[in-house]
Amino acid sequence: MLKVTDLNVHYGAIHALQGVSFNLQEGEIVTLIGANGAGKSTLLNTISGLLPAVKGKVEYLDEDITNLEPQKIVRKGIVQVPEGRKIFAAMSVMENLEMGAFTVTDKKLIADKVEEMFAKFPILGKRSKQLGGTLSGGEQQMLAIARGLMASPKLLLLDEPSMGLSPVLVEQIFDTIQSINNSGTSVILVEQNAQMALVIAHRAYVLETGKIVLEGDAQEVLQNPMVIEAYLGVS
Amino acid sequence: MENEIRPPRRYKRSKLPKLVRWIFGLIVLSYFFWRLYTVIIVQNEYTPDIWVRLLISGLVIGGVYSLIAIGYTLVYGILRMINFAHGEVMMIGTFAGYFVFEATNAIRFTSSTGEITSLSNAQPFLSILLAFIVGMTVAATSGFLLEKIAYRPLRKAPRLIPLISAIGASIFLQNLAQLLFSPLVRDYKNPDLIARGQGWAITVAGARLTIPYTGVLTFSLSIILMFALYTMVRKSKLGKSMRAVAADKSTAALMGIDVNGVISQTFIISGMLAGAAGVMWGLHNGLVYYYVGFLPGIKAFTSAVLGGIGNIPGAMLGGMLLGMIESIGPTALGISYQLKDVLAFVILIIILIFRPSGILGEVLSEEKV
Ligand SMILES: Nc1ncnc2c1ncn2[C@@H]1O[C@H](COP(=O)(O)OP(=O)(O)O)[C@@H](O)[C@H]1O
Ligand SMILES: [Mg+2]
Repeated sequence: MLKVTDLNVHYGAIHALQGVSFNLQEGEIVTLIGANGAGKSTLLNTISGLLPAVKGKVEYLDEDITNLEPQKIVRKGIVQVPEGRKIFAAMSVMENLEMGAFTVTDKKLIADKVEEMFAKFPILGKRSKQLGGTLSGGEQQMLAIARGLMASPKLLLLDEPSMGLSPVLVEQIFDTIQSINNSGTSVILVEQNAQMALVIAHRAYVLETGKIVLEGDAQEVLQNPMVIEAYLGVS
Repeated sequence: MENEIRPPRRYKRSKLPKLVRWIFGLIVLSYFFWRLYTVIIVQNEYTPDIWVRLLISGLVIGGVYSLIAIGYTLVYGILRMINFAHGEVMMIGTFAGYFVFEATNAIRFTSSTGEITSLSNAQPFLSILLAFIVGMTVAATSGFLLEKIAYRPLRKAPRLIPLISAIGASIFLQNLAQLLFSPLVRDYKNPDLIARGQGWAITVAGARLTIPYTGVLTFSLSIILMFALYTMVRKSKLGKSMRAVAADKSTAALMGIDVNGVISQTFIISGMLAGAAGVMWGLHNGLVYYYVGFLPGIKAFTSAVLGGIGNIPGAMLGGMLLGMIESIGPTALGISYQLKDVLAFVILIIILIFRPSGILGEVLSEEKV
């Protein structure tokens, strides 16, 4: 479904992605794990069209989408839930959801989607008129995911959804991701919380300073001694 | 990725020690109150009708300032830059309206009663409507092109660079207008229905005064446009996407919003409001020339800062306030009416010292648009 080949991205002199290649099959959860600064967000932002690739290719459903504008990529069905949630703080929960459905023109469909999100995340329904900035961290993460789902993506890119959340909330978020995937949405899950990510993912890639250093089935990667030492060691 | 150009949550306070600022503020305030007391209570030369007249003219000019100020605030909210060429966009609108009235005035025919009339007098509503439509369209187009040519290529440059480009664009547009339309000061040809100086006669405390038709038109139309704009920003899809882009361009793009498109539309809307203000200015003040946008532009910028730049209700409030201050201030303080411009800028400086974020700027600091 998604095929990334030899992707290279620079920030000025910093060579943030140095020939990254990976792929995702329809229906999969693929997790990208790696330490802070490995280039995970850079990779998602390049797929989303926010950053230009100087070399390499992003293909989606057999179509070259490298360096397409972000709004066109969203319209193709690839939606990113960015790191740090990035809720529109001065807009209500409802308006945040409406922004998520920006590409949807059918008002009835938007209303149905909102209902669906309120059913999935009842707390958002209760807070629908509240400003996004006044929600708690966990509620904001749910809103960010719900906002991402408003466009009915075929492929959802999640950038560190568990960041800064309590263990109970982390569990809830991962359950949600699993259920999103069960209902047919493919997922790229970027995480530093490798343990949890590897449990729900089908396959995994390990990113280190802009390069893929390991890939395989999530179960295999979970058993890999290097991964255990570097990413799961503490636990 | 768009650079994360986040504004400081609060403007940095001036470095003056608090005590000095307070003492200075107290002196200025006591001076103002002392002047007000002397002029209004002690001297008591002015009859109520004079105050009413000043109030009316303050509201009218305030409406125009507000409309232009909204343009500064919208653009600042979205690009964090002051569009110093915005006054020239208004000037272009004034000229566009001027040519519509010239044209409708030039078309003459013999009416059924045998008199020779012009189209602008035979169909005043139509020609006024046409002038506003043309003025707004032309100004909107200039705003759109201004952004595309002078600002968009510099989007990722340091913040000072587009500012310099804006000043350059302003000078360029003034000179272009001078070249195209000559340096002449021309008369606006109002339809007789809203001839300048004509109005409704009212009596205030035994004195007669007129409420000018052009003033009523200007004030009511600016209120309508402000209301429409405010509703648009709060409720419409475009308005919401403008707020999203103002808050965070990258995240807005991740929602599927065409960020460049929204920026263009912001300039178009700002241009429309400035164009309407320009036609009003021409109808009410009667003169048009290549630098007609300069003073209203700077005053509207002052209004936007006064109200809290980036804040729409702030721009409306700031415009109205500045209009009033300018109109009533000189008389109330017993200073020469010629000093009204100076007074406006003194107010600006005082606000910048004591409340740099403007009147509504801090309370609604998150609400950038
Ligand atoms: N806007 C930026 N400007 C310059 N360098 C950046 C920028 N964003 C990220 N980087 C650098 O690129 C590298 C990868 O960053 P990032 O993709 O954010 O890592 P991760 O998401 O894996 O923590 C890091 O070295 C980081 O310092
Ligand atoms: Mg990251």
